[in-house]
Amino acid sequence: MTVRPRKEIHLAAHFPGVNNTTVWADRPSRHPTTTPAGGSPSAERLGGPPSRRPSFGSQIEFASFAHLARTAERGLFDFFFLAEGLRLREHKGRIHDLDVVGRPESLTVLNALAAVTERLGLAATVNATFNEPYELARRLASLDHLSGGRAAWNVVTSSDAFTGENFRRGGYLDRAHRYTRAAEFVATARELWDSWTPDGLPRPFAHRGRHFDIAGEFTVPRSPQGHPVIIQAGDSPEGREFAASAADVIFTRHGTLEAGREFYADVKGRLATYGRAPEDLKIMPGVTFVLGDTAAEAQERAAEIRRQQISPQNAILTLEQIWGVDLSSYDPDGPLPDIDPDPESTLVQGRVRVADPFEVAEKWRTLSREKGLSIRQTVIEASGRQSFIGTPDAIAAELDEFVQTDAADGFILVPHLTPGGLDEFVDRVVPLLQERGAFRTEYTGTTLRSHLGLAESVWKG
Amino acid sequence: MTAPHGRALLHLAAALDQQAAYDAASHVELAQLAERGALDFVTLGDTFARPGLDALAVLSRVAPATGRIGLVPTVTTTHTEPFHVQAAVATLDWVSRGRAGWHIDVSTTEGEARLFGRRHAAPAEALWQEAGEVADAAARLWDSWEDDAEIRDEATGRFIDRDKLHYVDFEGATFSVKGPSIVPRPPQGHPVRIVDATEGPARRIAARYADVALVRVAGPAQVRAIRAELRDTAAEFGRNPDDLRVLAGLTVDLGDGEHAAEPGHGGGGPRQTAQGPLYRGGPVDLAELIAAWHGADAADGFHLTPVEPRRDLERLVNGTVALLQHRGLFRTFYPGSTLREHLGLARPANQYAVAGGAS
Repeated sequence: MTVRPRKEIHLAAHFPGVNNTTVWADRPSRHPTTTPAGGSPSAERLGGPPSRRPSFGSQIEFASFAHLARTAERGLFDFFFLAEGLRLREHKGRIHDLDVVGRPESLTVLNALAAVTERLGLAATVNATFNEPYELARRLASLDHLSGGRAAWNVVTSSDAFTGENFRRGGYLDRAHRYTRAAEFVATARELWDSWTPDGLPRPFAHRGRHFDIAGEFTVPRSPQGHPVIIQAGDSPEGREFAASAADVIFTRHGTLEAGREFYADVKGRLATYGRAPEDLKIMPGVTFVLGDTAAEAQERAAEIRRQQISPQNAILTLEQIWGVDLSSYDPDGPLPDIDPDPESTLVQGRVRVADPFEVAEKWRTLSREKGLSIRQTVIEASGRQSFIGTPDAIAAELDEFVQTDAADGFILVPHLTPGGLDEFVDRVVPLLQERGAFRTEYTGTTLRSHLGLAESVWKG
Repeated sequence: MTAPHGRALLHLAAALDQQAAYDAASHVELAQLAERGALDFVTLGDTFARPGLDALAVLSRVAPATGRIGLVPTVTTTHTEPFHVQAAVATLDWVSRGRAGWHIDVSTTEGEARLFGRRHAAPAEALWQEAGEVADAAARLWDSWEDDAEIRDEATGRFIDRDKLHYVDFEGATFSVKGPSIVPRPPQGHPVRIVDATEGPARRIAARYADVALVRVAGPAQVRAIRAELRDTAAEFGRNPDDLRVLAGLTVDLGDGEHAAEPGHGGGGPRQTAQGPLYRGGPVDLAELIAAWHGADAADGFHLTPVEPRRDLERLVNGTVALLQHRGLFRTFYPGSTLREHLGLARPANQYAVAGGAS
C-alpha cells in the first residue's frame, strides 16, 4: 500500500455576521455552573483568560474587519470571507431585532482590506440573482487587480420576492432558474475576464443566452488571477452540481466525519463529468471552535457560549421559525409544543426555510422527550453547527483527521466574537497544525489560487 | 494681495484619472500627494464604456492609505441597482471614516446599454430624472437607520431598536426600493453628493440633490451666472443655497514652466475645448486665476483635472496650492476629519428621526 502524502489543510476566516453565532453582549454569566476543581467561574473562561479575553467590538467599523483580516493573515490563512444579506430579516411582520444586524457592503470592505493585508485572499459573497454579469465581473476583476490577485466570489442566489423588493429586477426566480441564471452568470463573467488577451488587448465580446444577451467591450484587462476564485455555498443537488461544474471552493456545513466523507465523495465524484480533477474543487465546511486548557474547560466554555447564543427569546424565535406559528406564550424552560407546524406560514421572512417543518418538529420533539430537554435546551442541542471543542492539541488532531480522511479539504472558521475571536486559534492551534506538517509555515505564492493549490486559470480567448 | 474680508473658504479638489492605470500604487501615490496639499477631495471618473477599474473600488483601496482627504468616485445610476449603489457608497464612508463622496452620473449611450441588455439608451433628460430619484432613494436609505439604532440591550436580548429602522418604500418611475438599508447610517450621515451641472438636464438635479456642483465653463462671468442659477433653484426646492458648493471645473496643463506656456491661454484664462475648459500655463498663473475667480465671487472653489496627473498634480500641490496657502487663501492643514467638515457642510439630520420615527 502506498502512503499518500499528507494533505495540506486550507483555512479561511469568516467575519462573524448577522446570525446568532455571534456573542455580542459580553455579559457575565447568568447561569453559574459548578466548575471543575481548581477552575474559576465559567464566565471568565468565555473567551479565554481575562488578560487576553477578546470582547465584542463594532460589527461595522473598519478597524474590526482589519483586525480579523490581519489575524487571519498572521495565521497564514487562505482567505477572509464575508457573507451578505440584501434585506433585513423579519419576524412576525417586523424587523428581527435579537441578532447582530447591519453590515458593510462586501466588495467595498475587501478593497479597503487589500490595503492592510498583503497575501490574504479576499472573498465576497455576492448574489447572482440581483446583480448583472457585466458590472459584477468588472467589480471582481477590479478587486483582483487592486489586491494583486487575491479576489474570490462566493456565488449565492435568492428565491424570494421579499428580497426582490429592494431591486429593479424585483420578482421571484424558482429554484431551477436561480441556478441556471447563476451558472450562466458565472460563465458570462468568465467570458468577460477572457475577453482581454494575456498581452493586454481588449477584444469585443458577445454573449447571447437564456438569461443574458449582452455585447461590447470589457473595460478591465485580464487580472492577476485571470479568473477570481469562485466559491459556491449550498448543499442542494442543484448546488452540488453547480459547484462541480463551475466552482473552485464549496462552502458546506457537514458536521460529522461520516457526513463529511459522504458529501466529499459525492461532490468530488461529480467533477469528472465536467472534465475536472478532484483537486480542482476544495471542500471547506464552515465551522465554529471553542478552545480550553482542558477538555472539560472547553466543554464548559462551549456550553456557556451556546447559552449566550440561544437566549430564552432566541429559543422561542428559533422554534417559531420552524413551526411558523406564534409561540410567544410558551415557556422557554418548558416542553416543546404539541401543535403542528404551518408550512404556508410567512411568519419569518428573509431566512432560508426549513425543508420539511413537520419532520424537523417531530425530530426535535423526540429529542426533547428522550433527553428530557426544555425548549431552550432542545434548541441548544439541536441547532448547533459543527463545532470543534477541546484543547488546542485535540482540535488540531481533529481538524487534521477530517482533512486526511477526506471529510474536508479545509475549514472556514466562524468565530463567535468580533473582532478578536480568531486570535486564540491563530496563537494556539495554527502552530500545532504546522508541527503536524499539515499546514503551511509561510505563504509560498502571492495569489489566492496559489494558496488553494488551484491551477492558474487558462485563457480561453 | 490678501483675501477679501469675509470671503468664504476656498475649496480645492483634483481628479486622479490616469490613462490605463490598473494598479493600486499609482492611485495611492496621487491621493497622498493631493492630501499633502490639504485638498478637500479627489475624484476618480468612471463609465462602463472606457478602460478603467471600478472607481469606487479604487478609492476604497486608497482609503486606508490616506487619512484626511475626501474620496469621490463616479458611480453611474442608469444600469446599476440603487440599493447596491447606496450600500457601496455608505461603505466607502465607513472604511474612510467619513470621507466619502459620490459623483453621480448617467450612462447615455446604446453601447453602455448593450453591456447590460436590460434596457435601451434613453434621452439625457429622462436619465437625469432617474438619477435624481436614485439620489433621493439613496439618502432615504442612508437615513433608514437612525444613528443610535444599535442598542445592545442585554435585558431584552435586543441588538437593535427596530423602531429606529425605517422602510423607505421609495417608488420611482423606473425602480422601487423597500429598505431599510443593510448598512447602518454612515459616519457623515449622507456621503457628499456631487453632480456636474454644466449641461442643462443635470442642472436641476444638481440644485436639488447635490452638495457640490461642478461647472465647467471657460469664464468667471459664466461660472458666476450658473452658480447664481443653481443657488436660486436650490432655494426653490426649499434648500438653503449656502448648503451648495459650486466649484469651477478646469482641465489643467501646467506644462513645464513657471508661467504661461501659451500666451493668451495661461494668465489670460482657460479656453473652451470640446472636453471643457482647458487651462494651460504655469502653477503661479493658475494660482492667480484661482484667486481672481474666487475673489470675484464666481465660484466657491475649483475642481482641477490634470492632463498629466503625476506631473501636474505635483505642480499643483507644490506650486499653485503652496502659493494660495502663502497668501492665506487656502488652508495649510485639515481642521476637520470628514469631507463634510472640509467643505463646511453640516451633518444632515435624519429625515425619519425628524419625522418623529414614523416610517
